[in-house]
Amino acid sequence: MDTKRADTVATPRRFPLREVILFAAVLVAVLGVYAAMGPAYSTRMLVEAACYAILALGLTIQWGYAGQFNAGVMGFVALGGFCAMLFSFPVNPDFWESELPGELGLALFYMVAAVLVVVGATRLDRLGVPKKLRTVIAIVLGVVLYLVVVNAFRGVTDQIESRAGFIGGLGLPVGVGWIVGGALAGGVGYFIGRVCLGLRSDYLAIATLGIAEIIKAFFKNSDWLTRGTATVSPLPWPVPGPAEVGFTLARALYFSVTAVMIAVIFFLLSRAYHAPWGRMIRAIRDNEISAAAMGKDINKRRLEIFVLGCILMGIGGAALASFNSMFDPQGYLPLNHTFLVLVMVILGGPGNNLGTIFGAVAVYIIWIMSGPLALFLMELVVTFGEGAFGWEAPTNMDSRALQARVFVIGLLITLVLRYAPKGLLPEKVRHHG
Amino acid sequence: MPLLDARDVHGGYGGMNILNGVDMAIEADEIGVIVGPNGAGKSTMLKAIFGLLHVNQGEILLRGEPIHNLPPNKLVQKGMGFVPQEKNVFPSLTVKENLEMGAFLKPGNVKRMLDRIYNFFPPLYDKRHQPAGELSGGQRQMVAMGRALMAEPSLLLLDEPTAGLSPLYMNEIFEQVKLVNSAGVGILMVEQNAKQALAIADRGFVLAAGQNRFTDTGAALLADPEVAKSFLGG
Amino acid sequence: MNELVFFINNVVIAGSVSGSIYAIGAVGVTLIFSIMRFAHFAHGDMMTFGAFMVLLLTTAFPGAGAAFGVPAALVLLPLAMVLTALLAVSIDKAFYKPLRAHGVKPIVMVIGSLGVTLMLQGLIRLFAGTSGQSLYVDDRKEIFRLALPFEGVRAPVVITEPQLYLFVITLLAVVGLHLFLNRSRLGKAMRAMSDNPDLAQASGINTNTIVAVTWVIAGGLAAIAGTLLSLDVTFKPDLSFFLLLPIFAAAIVGGVGHPYGAVAGGFVVGFAETLAVFNWSVMLRPFRDSLPEWLTQSGNLAFVGTEYKIVVPFFILVVILVWRPTGIFKGKVI
Repeated sequence: MDTKRADTVATPRRFPLREVILFAAVLVAVLGVYAAMGPAYSTRMLVEAACYAILALGLTIQWGYAGQFNAGVMGFVALGGFCAMLFSFPVNPDFWESELPGELGLALFYMVAAVLVVVGATRLDRLGVPKKLRTVIAIVLGVVLYLVVVNAFRGVTDQIESRAGFIGGLGLPVGVGWIVGGALAGGVGYFIGRVCLGLRSDYLAIATLGIAEIIKAFFKNSDWLTRGTATVSPLPWPVPGPAEVGFTLARALYFSVTAVMIAVIFFLLSRAYHAPWGRMIRAIRDNEISAAAMGKDINKRRLEIFVLGCILMGIGGAALASFNSMFDPQGYLPLNHTFLVLVMVILGGPGNNLGTIFGAVAVYIIWIMSGPLALFLMELVVTFGEGAFGWEAPTNMDSRALQARVFVIGLLITLVLRYAPKGLLPEKVRHHG
Repeated sequence: MPLLDARDVHGGYGGMNILNGVDMAIEADEIGVIVGPNGAGKSTMLKAIFGLLHVNQGEILLRGEPIHNLPPNKLVQKGMGFVPQEKNVFPSLTVKENLEMGAFLKPGNVKRMLDRIYNFFPPLYDKRHQPAGELSGGQRQMVAMGRALMAEPSLLLLDEPTAGLSPLYMNEIFEQVKLVNSAGVGILMVEQNAKQALAIADRGFVLAAGQNRFTDTGAALLADPEVAKSFLGG
Repeated sequence: MNELVFFINNVVIAGSVSGSIYAIGAVGVTLIFSIMRFAHFAHGDMMTFGAFMVLLLTTAFPGAGAAFGVPAALVLLPLAMVLTALLAVSIDKAFYKPLRAHGVKPIVMVIGSLGVTLMLQGLIRLFAGTSGQSLYVDDRKEIFRLALPFEGVRAPVVITEPQLYLFVITLLAVVGLHLFLNRSRLGKAMRAMSDNPDLAQASGINTNTIVAVTWVIAGGLAAIAGTLLSLDVTFKPDLSFFLLLPIFAAAIVGGVGHPYGAVAGGFVVGFAETLAVFNWSVMLRPFRDSLPEWLTQSGNLAFVGTEYKIVVPFFILVVILVWRPTGIFKGKVI
């Protein structure tokens, strides 16, 4: 029985009018930006939009394919950015030529040993130790060893900070960091998914929101690893930089790299979507109980898709950090890196890859352009207020104007959910027969 | 004028009709019993009467007044009570609180009706401060019926009140249904235990495939050999 | 003995303070969860909004407290509660009700509440700016120092005026909620709807009324929690994401849909946080001579630095989700 065939037969081919119109509109907008802001600025915007498209694809498979809501995209983006920094930044001789790497390695060794000991303690019941006693032993051991390891780390990291600044990078090709970034984000996603995916979907949202803030707090405060608020820059590019070939060309080259990445991801995702694996994922999303009744391993499939989404977010985050040429933990904001991506996905069409890419580019253009616009409007109001009523505007008008964007993003989310719950390019669900 | 008069009721979920023209009428002091095979639309009919299901065609009259497609809380105000088959108590509320919820729209009833309910169902009085979730199946059924009676309905709809109960409790429930009815409450119930149910029924409705197959007094249906052969297991 | 005072100041009092705040917040979240079946992510910003209302009112009427001998903020709190409750009800009417009417999955409601959170955040920061401000506009924050009547105790137990108000108001709120849920007709109907929404409807309970009542209570409690938190420290417009995690953790620890569980959960999370950031090496000082050197030498024996405080509720959340997802008191909504 060839079910795939039935799938395609069931949908009559039609001219994708809606897609063409929407993408033409985006193209016009892009050309408009080029005309108004110049090629260097506009190409930068395009590269960033492309990086966001990768993030959005990660979220669209989690939310659109599988109905999992990840409220902590920012955390996975930051993980990717961190790996891009760690692997590509030049080696720091102050650190590597001292005895500090050995000490750091020793601390890491302590950590691994402590984990092994505690895990071993949880298995003590197999040796005949009563279960309650085993739990007590494991908890006490865990607490004590935790303190020991943390103190060992504190010692080493303080040394690193005072003597070498931070551990520096590894000086490897940029691509390595991107791949490892994806892997690391996937690993964290695996952990979260294991804990939450069998439970109410709300719990996943809560846990991802939490882990994102924790990841950010970790990067922000680990000066020895990331220089914290001092930020690390410049990060090398995978293509010749602006210093060598000029801004526009360098950015165009970077854009071609990200465009190829999107094309590859897009191709692989559509293959997966129409493959039995993709059908199973959608079956689980649409009717969990009957999918379980048919003998599908729901939690395993869910975990796979969640991890896959997180990997994409890690890669996208790495590409974004490399492009900005800077790793700034404080620059990761829920608004810019979680909710903006969410708007892209739900506006574009959750579960529809083309719609998601459209959403990413369109929303990013609006986002970038709304900054100057909001400031302009705000200034208008202030001048008007001063002129007409002698009203004295607060001094921090700029930062306040930016808050208007927070409001608009929130409003957009609620409006889309209410009036266009399937997005502008809805997922095409094909029915047999 | 009949208490409940349903004429040619069509209805179902999501465009698919389960009821294909059901007629049903009972008088104010009667017990009506709906029996029939699985999937005949018995519970669906009850839900249609209580406004939990959209009626596409036909009409349902309560004392001559059309009530189809009114929301349940309006129907409670108009004197209808409904006891679902499953999940028919509030498990974490005490028995007394469960009963009070039945009189939510008529708070003035509470004091007077509580005594009457405890008279109908004496076991509930001793358990009144216990969470309903801790009661046995039969006692829960009593709580559920008591809750519906608190609003002093003129018509009580019961969806398989004896489902999952031991024969001992089953008889008790049937006795109580008779008792409630003799206090002047019209009853319409769906039952799997067709013989016992028809034995106390003034009106019997045998449904199959969403339509009436036989409609008569309970005794006449029990005596009808054809009904016995097809629907009462010989 | 000085160490004991240190412990009381830094753990007992500090833990009770954050525990009370989390408890009040978690009760609101858990009530919303039990009636509308979704995790309300805008709760942190509702708290901020309540505190902001108090800030506005106190700035407008700085002398309001003088007549009663309490800070103006406290006198104006009931008014702010009413305003926040109004906000909650109108947000529900404008944004959540249409989604409910469409019969969307709970997770879509969660996303909707995130949208609301951003709108509130944007509005509050637009008007309040992003820096912290004191709610003590015209009043003075009293600080009580209680010296313990033991020999050799030099340090006093320190407790501030807003902390005392916090404890009293938390107690009042919990007792009031208990009475409401168990004695009043609407409160019982709320519990009934949380138990079994379909049956509640079949009993003639108007579910729209119950939803509105839930928002009024949740909004009022959020205003209390936000105001008391801001009284204790300062009013900060951008706290919400840092409040959400401990509050959700508290609600889940207590068993979702279980108001008393949420109170207990709030204190569990609050004390866990303060115990985790507490520097235990102070407590080891009296036993210096009998302990191994490596243990006493280290100056910092806190489990996590204060900058990683947010790890604690997350850790608790993960542990409870792995070990017992229904919470310690077995939640009703799973």
